[in-house]
Amino acid sequence: MKAAILVFPGINRERDMARALRLISGSEPAMVWHAETSLPAGTDLVVVPGGFSYGDYLRCGAIAARAPVMDAVRDYAARGGLVLGVCNGFQILCESGLLPGVLMRNARLKFICHDVHLRVERSDTPFTRGYNAGQVIRVPVAHGEGNYEADEETIKRLEGEGRVLYRYCSAEGVVDEAHNINGAAHSIAGIVNDKGNVLGMMPHPENHVEDIMGCTDGRGLFAGLVQHLEKAA
Amino acid sequence: MKARVTVTLKTGILDPQGKAIEGALKSLGVDGVASVRQGKVFDIELAGGDKTKAEAVLKEAADKLLANTVIENYRVEIV
Repeated sequence: MKAAILVFPGINRERDMARALRLISGSEPAMVWHAETSLPAGTDLVVVPGGFSYGDYLRCGAIAARAPVMDAVRDYAARGGLVLGVCNGFQILCESGLLPGVLMRNARLKFICHDVHLRVERSDTPFTRGYNAGQVIRVPVAHGEGNYEADEETIKRLEGEGRVLYRYCSAEGVVDEAHNINGAAHSIAGIVNDKGNVLGMMPHPENHVEDIMGCTDGRGLFAGLVQHLEKAA
Repeated sequence: MKARVTVTLKTGILDPQGKAIEGALKSLGVDGVASVRQGKVFDIELAGGDKTKAEAVLKEAADKLLANTVIENYRVEIV
């Protein structure tokens, strides 16, 4: 796997992401500075990591979404390249127009930093093939603005086209308002674009990949991507 | 030339911050507030004195960066 991790000022989860990718794919990801105008040749996964790019100034992800490297990411995605955005990365992908909708302030206004359960809605995508459909995984979240919202038409399309891949749920996999941590529409934790090659999600799978972290439920996402790329090669 | 761009949330978009401010005003005993919506104001100094050009620049600035038109409206004023 030739992964490229984008680095913006204020991003702070890029090394967690690099560690997870190194561990699971066995190859070293490239760190790509936001001012670059191209991606390394042969990149087969672009990762937009979490953190607080530009201190969340203006709107979270807004300034990073307009960085020079994002034009290269847009071209890459248009050619079908895989893009994974986590947390601030999800916000950046929404702001850049690569994903629909927007991440609003959490409904209860608090910054949420703890483990959550996610239901994997389907297993036939590059981003979920490491799991079974309906499987419940435990991964951490750390965000103040993760409340996914979009207009009714967009939500209807996302649901109709099976583009919601991860949803907040109970440990038993029940999706209800009590487990919808941030008030997101339809308990959405992660969605893909219409072509299915760009995923944005608020939770941090990269932080549950080693035994020392207390849980390895996040591994499946990366292992699935590695499998997908090996199969495609 | 001085200008002001005002960015506000579209109707129907939930505004948890506005709601919190509304609640705080009520608990402060400020009566008669029915609801609060929070927005942003950008005061911008423009080079040159062409008003039509300035309006076009401000519109471009708002569309490209200052507002997320998925959830926000904006208003441009030359002041």
